[in-house]
Amino acid sequence: MAKANDDLFEYLIRLGDDHLILGHRLSQWCGHAPTLEEDLALSNIALDMIGQARSLYTYAGEVEGKGRSEDDLAFLRKEHEYHNLMLVERANNDFAHTIIRQLFFSVYAELLWEILSTSGDEKLSQIAAKARKEASYHVRHSAQWTIRLGDGTQESAARIADAVKTMAPNIQEMFDDDAVLQRLVQTGVIGDVAVLKAAWHISIAEIFSTAKIDTDLLETVAIGGARPGRHTESMGHILAELQYMQRTYPGCQW
Amino acid sequence: MYSQGLIGADDSTHEDEEFLARFQARIDAEEKIEPNDAMPQGYRKTLVRQIAQHAHSEIVGMLPEGNWVTRAPTLKRKAALIAKIQDEGGHGLYLYSAVETLGVSREQVTQELLSGKAKYSSIFNYPAITWADIGAIGWLVDGAAIMNQIPLCRCSYGPYARAMVRVCKEESFHQRQGYEILMMLCAGSDEQKAMAQDALNRWWWPSLMMFGPHDSESTHGSQSEKWKIKRISNDDLRRKFVTATVPQAEFLGLEVPDPELKWNEKTESYDIGPIDWDEFWSVVKGNGVMNKERLEARNKAWDEGAWVREAANAFALKSQEREQLEAAQ
Repeated sequence: MAKANDDLFEYLIRLGDDHLILGHRLSQWCGHAPTLEEDLALSNIALDMIGQARSLYTYAGEVEGKGRSEDDLAFLRKEHEYHNLMLVERANNDFAHTIIRQLFFSVYAELLWEILSTSGDEKLSQIAAKARKEASYHVRHSAQWTIRLGDGTQESAARIADAVKTMAPNIQEMFDDDAVLQRLVQTGVIGDVAVLKAAWHISIAEIFSTAKIDTDLLETVAIGGARPGRHTESMGHILAELQYMQRTYPGCQW
Repeated sequence: MYSQGLIGADDSTHEDEEFLARFQARIDAEEKIEPNDAMPQGYRKTLVRQIAQHAHSEIVGMLPEGNWVTRAPTLKRKAALIAKIQDEGGHGLYLYSAVETLGVSREQVTQELLSGKAKYSSIFNYPAITWADIGAIGWLVDGAAIMNQIPLCRCSYGPYARAMVRVCKEESFHQRQGYEILMMLCAGSDEQKAMAQDALNRWWWPSLMMFGPHDSESTHGSQSEKWKIKRISNDDLRRKFVTATVPQAEFLGLEVPDPELKWNEKTESYDIGPIDWDEFWSVVKGNGVMNKERLEARNKAWDEGAWVREAANAFALKSQEREQLEAAQ
């Protein structure tokens, strides 16, 4: 049983870290977006991401049973203990990079939450059911912008193509399999995640076709993958900001 | 958030006596003026200036708080701060829409902000350097904003008055949130409490300046008051704010940084020491710690977003053409 809990904890941490770090990236746009409407939209998505991270960490703390709170898990781990996708660490760069990163992640997240909403683990299925609705809005937002930018001006099309090239090496890591996932599938905690990759490519191909983006750009050599603790150079900087208060004033209540 | 009393308004107007008297009679009868109603040019210009200045303040006000989003100490605080800043952006949106009801586009007033021609609340030219500043901004800056804005809910111009009703509700939530941040600090370690006191020391006087110059110095208060755009004078609002806020500081165990602060039995309000108006005007004129950075940040966001807005427009045009073509076939 201890092993099952370890696996579930690891899985919740992976998902929680994905949402925390992507929420962090999105929140960096706050006050700096291309339009006021996008300032609101990106902040709103960031807020959803942080909210989902909170639910996942709180549950992870319960599963672990060592009394760690959502904040202990969010702020007081070392770099290698964060098990997020490298994709979510990728720099905001320009608006096109931010949108493509979001599209890739949100299409994945919506499909994943759908599978997890029928999880044998009741708590996880509840978190998933709520998150799925939010993810479908995020997909709508990033897909609409992908289409606008892909089929907008020459410049926007070039920028979106560049963003796809930058993010494409981080597609495969979303679908990597490992022993943790296999055991969770076997015990019915998560459904069949092997179908994710094909479904993701179908959705993206549809959006790219409307956006007039060449799907060949997706074909590239994968970077990263098989999760635990691998990061880009950005991660240390992200954590330096994220953890600043908790590290500077240890043990305080805020 | 909100700006100090209106700076540099030109409320001159050139309509005939009869028109002005009819308009004034509507105002005196507490009728709301609506976008399509006839109104004196001076009334329209004053409102455009005031509402745009208010909108710009909301937008620039996102920057000092945004500066703390990535470093917020807990996930709950981070979420609350993002939600608050999002509210401020939303206020900016309603207010720009209110400006548009007066026949001036958002782009037009935005250009005036970016060029440095339009003003925004000077308080945002002060830096938010510690986490306690996020508490102090909510408590004091939003608190002063509420004091300014509650009378604006009864402003004679309908769209502005109605926008203020919703804005005030959200601001009051922000103020409690800011105060609660400081309550936590004041109940915490010595270092946390010192952080709270330091924030009060730095934000107290600029917050009082948010109400604008003394009534005796204010050049355009009277016409605005006659038109019921402004309903309570700068000094009266400031006095109300101080009277409401001093007991809150005492409850926190913090000291208000004014050695001359004294309860006045006769007026049943606090008398305060002299406000440093040289500092106020110096910051208004661009010499605050953050003036240059704030405008640069707004300009950078605008310039770097140009290709996005162009693409969105180009796409909208293409979609329209495609629809027309389909309809024709």
